[in-house]
Amino acid sequence: MAGNEFYFEDFTAGRVFPLASKLVTAGEIIEFAGEFDPQPMHLSEEAGRASILGGLSASGWHTASVFMRMMFDGWLSRSSSEGSPGIEFMEWKKPVLAGDTLSGRSTVLESRPLRSRPGIGLVRFLHQVENQRGEIVMRGENPIMMRLRAAREDAA
Amino acid sequence: MRLIELSPPGRKVVTGTLLFTTEDIIRFAKKFDPQPFHVDAEAAKDYVFGALCASGWHTCAGWMKTYIAYWTKEVARLESEGLIAPKLGPSAGFKKLQWLKPVYAGDTITYSVQLTESRPLTSRSGTFINITINDGVNQHGDVVMRYEGTVLEFA
Repeated sequence: MAGNEFYFEDFTAGRVFPLASKLVTAGEIIEFAGEFDPQPMHLSEEAGRASILGGLSASGWHTASVFMRMMFDGWLSRSSSEGSPGIEFMEWKKPVLAGDTLSGRSTVLESRPLRSRPGIGLVRFLHQVENQRGEIVMRGENPIMMRLRAAREDAA
Repeated sequence: MRLIELSPPGRKVVTGTLLFTTEDIIRFAKKFDPQPFHVDAEAAKDYVFGALCASGWHTCAGWMKTYIAYWTKEVARLESEGLIAPKLGPSAGFKKLQWLKPVYAGDTITYSVQLTESRPLTSRSGTFINITINDGVNQHGDVVMRYEGTVLEFA
């Protein structure tokens, strides 16, 4: 990507990158669940209230996908990301209910250049997503491949 | 009946198959993961994956989609035989999610679930936690996605 602000070298251990905040609406919850996770508590307020989740709640995969967008808008779109090989763990700590506003942060844990792919490094992050009450609703760790700034200069 | 009785550890159950079209890949990615290699076939050539491919979250959501379709049918089948289906609840998360290969436009992913372990939850009596290995395999037989899932079960 031209005009990247963050390359591999910028992801130093301990550095914090805020996620964009996002309101999760009932319509979005029902739309996602209708396509991918049509369980009653993700499709109606009434069924949600009758479940242990306590209200119309987002599919965990919807929350993970919304987190992805919050990360993209917050900082990833300005980085030299080359995608990710996976997620070490992700915990759905509390339900995300219709009307919740999510925010959060990605914190760099460690980074190393990849031997197998010159010019690319792997950055490990801790991601935390919280609701408007400051409660952590989701947390996880994952590595993301980042192009090195040095590699860009070599190519130029 | 308990899930472990229905689905003994080690038995792999195919939950369904999903075709990832260019349109579906771009539609999902524009909402949730608009990185160039998920929304723009031309731009994708300049990245590690080399061509337009699905967001990893799209691949995961596809697992869930086929699982719910499978489970809904399975519950109906058990009930039609006069059996009480396992009462499954929400999931607390997952571990070791690997996106092993990109899912490219036109790929067909066949998903499966395999119970590995079921144990009582000490913090909530009458509740069990089930651990499963979930995966997705493309039309060439390559595993594209695998993770360790958890699902609660109420006795």
